[in-house]
Order: sequence, then structure tokens, then C-alpha cells
Amino acid sequence: MSSSKVTKMRDAVARLVDDGDSVLAEGFTHLIPFAAGHEIIRQRKKDLTLCRLTPDLIYDQMVAAGVAKKLVFSWTGNPGVGSLHGIRRAVEKGIPHELEIEEYSHFGLATRIKAGASGLPFLPLRTYHGTDLPKVNPRIQPIQCPFTGEALYAVPALNPDVAILHAQRADASGNTQVWGLTGVQKEAAFAAKKVIVVVEEIVDEDAIRADPNRTMVPGVIVDAVVEEPYGAHPSFVQGYYDRDNDFYVEWEGIGKTEEGMKAYLDEWVYGLEGRKDYVEKLGRSVRERLAPEPFLSPAVNYGLYR
Amino acid sequence: MAYAAAREIADGDVIFVGVGLPNLAVNLALRLHAPKAQLVYEAGVYGARPSRLPLSIGDPCLVTGALQVMPMNECFLYFLQGGRIDVGFLGAAQIDRFGNLNTTIVGSDYHHPKVRLPGSGGAAEISWLAKKTVILLPQKRNKFPEKLDFRTSVGHLDGGRSREELGAPGKGPERVITNLGVYGFDPESREMVLEAVHPGVSVDEVRSEVSWPLRVKEPLSTTTLPDANVLSLLREELDPKGIYLG
Repeated sequence: MSSSKVTKMRDAVARLVDDGDSVLAEGFTHLIPFAAGHEIIRQRKKDLTLCRLTPDLIYDQMVAAGVAKKLVFSWTGNPGVGSLHGIRRAVEKGIPHELEIEEYSHFGLATRIKAGASGLPFLPLRTYHGTDLPKVNPRIQPIQCPFTGEALYAVPALNPDVAILHAQRADASGNTQVWGLTGVQKEAAFAAKKVIVVVEEIVDEDAIRADPNRTMVPGVIVDAVVEEPYGAHPSFVQGYYDRDNDFYVEWEGIGKTEEGMKAYLDEWVYGLEGRKDYVEKLGRSVRERLAPEPFLSPAVNYGLYR
Repeated sequence: MAYAAAREIADGDVIFVGVGLPNLAVNLALRLHAPKAQLVYEAGVYGARPSRLPLSIGDPCLVTGALQVMPMNECFLYFLQGGRIDVGFLGAAQIDRFGNLNTTIVGSDYHHPKVRLPGSGGAAEISWLAKKTVILLPQKRNKFPEKLDFRTSVGHLDGGRSREELGAPGKGPERVITNLGVYGFDPESREMVLEAVHPGVSVDEVRSEVSWPLRVKEPLSTTTLPDANVLSLLREELDPKGIYLG
């Protein structure tokens, strides 16, 4: 089919992620594109500006692997567990090299992405009053409402070079459906110049058309569709696999030392060809542990109109 | 701590839940006295009924059986900025006498911090926009400094009416709950006041873990310990792996 955007992960990353790009790999705890992040590490991209509300383990690994020159974020921890030690080493000690940071609150960074998606230069918001964040980030600026005079803050649009999203399913043209937590992925896709969608399954266009309310990203803004089952592990995909909380807890020990981090990257990223190998290495027992019981949503009636 | 925090929740409250111990406290309240409380998670969930205690602030169990799932922008815009949140729960690495919080850095130089903490997340806006907030943190002298290393989230700012004068929509922190006791805020000066200690904790013990001359309410009360029923709910049902309770 001529309109197919289906691509192998290796080719999508080689073609669409350039050195020096700003990359917005979104997914708020859910649908974090780990497989794509690992491929970026494997291809030894450099000088990337990595943007994400929560850098999570994936940016911890990418920063430790040295692909980033800058991090734009709003919460850089391992939720419920502790620190992202790779990012901490970069910020506190310049290991493996200095990392520039640009920091917001969640609402602030989400608003930047929304402005970017909306074709606006900035958006106002009612937060940051009295905090030190505007003092360390000149991109958080006070403004006055032209109608009421109220003191507000503004943040500029974020229009990354590349957005990378993981989803349950898409058709070959990139019409992408998501259920469960939807984070800021829709805005991320509309804000970006190039969009890579990674999915658990590629489905026929008919399957998308049968439930259009569930479509988050329209194919017209998508550049590549990659089918990569289990590509979001250790994060989760609603209805497909659970968050691997055991691994998130283990990460505290793995990431804590440079040696632990290096050993992990060697074994699980550089040492593997791609996600297929990763899933095989992970093994059946982990996949069985993370498989949820089915809980189906009853179908709704859209109606047929003639 | 979790039990004392759960008791701050009224049935029917719309609660913005934070990562960590607040997660445990609100889920406990839901099972005790506040079954009609609605949990809002910043990941974009309203009316969550988690079947297990989520480790993270985003988890598939928050979605299954929830009343609504929405994009994060809508959650911050309509629920929080729209003034629909009754109580926001917050944690912190440092707190000052007016309930301002630091979750950003330890050290004096932002660009070369001694310890890089996670940052704001939603805290900056929750503390400003929720109708009131409840703060949970373990009590250590260095976590209760004279001056914060960084002000990530605003409490009662410089005390008195300063928060209100800056235009805050929400009333700010109402309670601070630690492993040693429970604090309120003086209605005039807005300074933190120790109102209750947990059983077996002395005021001197509390004072030694605060860097400023601590105000203590008279008479000081003692918090109620959770009964066996609540303890088993906490340890066996909500946190069987001891992730929050150790």
C-alpha cells in the first residue's frame, strides 16, 4: 500500500532523529516509548535536547548513555521509589558530561506543549506566583491579563523536532488509538515537526473507523509507524501489560552507581539488536506476571445513517 | 502519619492525590470514613477506585473502574485551575515555618546543587490553586530549616496576609503531618503551630527536629492511634509489600 508509513524501529530512528534535535518522547507513566529510547542509545545519537514531563527511567538511561546535552522537564524522580541517579550524576557531577536543565512544573510544561500544538507563541496560566521557579527559568514570565489586569504567568510554545509516542494500536497510515492515561501525547504529536508512533499492534483502517472517539493522533501528522510489541516495558500499556513495578524498584539499585548503569546498558541496550531480543531475554515468566486479566468495555452504538 | 492524614479528608471531598504517602492516606480514607471522596490523579483520572495501592502516580489500576479519564491538560486546566479541587496533598524535602515547600534542590547554588531533588511536578500549582492543602513529610531538623534552599511551592509565603495579597485562589496549607505530630497554622501570623503529638512523643523531641523556635498550642493534644482494624487494612490490604510503611 503506497500510503503505508510502517517502518522498522532502526530505520525510523535513523531517518527521523538527527543529532542536535529536540525530542519529546511522551507518555505519562503509561506508554513510555522505551524501545525507541533504547534504539536512540544504540545509534549513539548526540546533543539531543530531551523534553518530557517526567524523564523517568528512559531519560535516565539516555542521559547516562550520553545522548543528551539538555533536559527539559517538570518532575525528575522514580515515582514511589526514589531518584533518577543517572540524571543526578549529570546535574550534580557532570557525568558523563555537563547537562543543561530547563525546569517547569507539570502544568507549565504541559501548557508549553499545548501552545506548541495550538500554533500560539505562548499561553498564560495561573501558577508560579511566589515560587523560585521563574528566577531560575527565564522562560517563565509574568504577564498581565489585558481584560482584568490579573497577574498571570506565561510560558512559550514548545515545538520539538520529533515527538515519539507509544500506543495500543494504529493503522498503516498512522491513525493512532489510545485508551487509559492519555497524558500530553496528543498535544506532543501536534506540536512536533516529525512524529514517530510505536504501537503494540498495527490494525486495519476499518478497526480505527469502528471507534473514532478513541483516535488520539490523526495519520496526517504521523511520519512513521513502528510495530513493536512490549515496546513500552517496564512502563505499561493499558489492557496489554502491567507496569513492572518490581523493575522500577530494582532500578534504584541498578542506576545508583556508574558501573551498575553501564552494565545495564551493555546488557539490555547495546548488547541487543532490538526490542524483539529484549522481549525474548525478558522471558515468559515476566510477561506472565505482567499480563492483566481481561476487563472489556462494552461496545457503544455509533448508529448507521443513510 | 497515613492515618492522621486520612482523618483530614471529609466524605465527598474532591482530592488531588500526590505521589508517595498521600497515595496511601487517601486510599485509606476511601475505605474508612470517606467512601464518597473523589480521587483526582494528575495523570488525568477523576473518581479513581484503585483495586491496589499504586506505586506510582500513574498506574493502570487508576484507570480501570474510574469515573473519568482525561488528558493531563484538562485535569490541570479544569479541575485545578478551574477551582474544583477541595484538598491537595503534598510531600516535600524541606518546609519552612509558613508551610512553603522545597522539592527542587539541596544546596545554595541551583546550577550546582548538593542534591538534585525531583522538582515541582504538580506541586507548585496544587499548592496555589487547591482550596486547601495538607502536607506530609518525615520530621528531621534539616527538613525544617530557617530558610528553604529553594521555594518550589508556596504555603503562607511570608506569613500574615501575604499569600492572599499575592492573589492566591486557594487558602494554602491547613495541616502539616509528620512522624512526630500534627501542626496547624496560626490564623493571624500564619506560622506553623504544633497542635498534637503522636503517642509517646515529647515536645522536646519535636523541638529538637525544628530549626526555628517552635510555637506549641496549649493544651497540646495527642493523636489517636489507628486501631487493629485500620492497621490490618494498612498493612495487609493497602501496603502488603511495605513500600510505604516500611
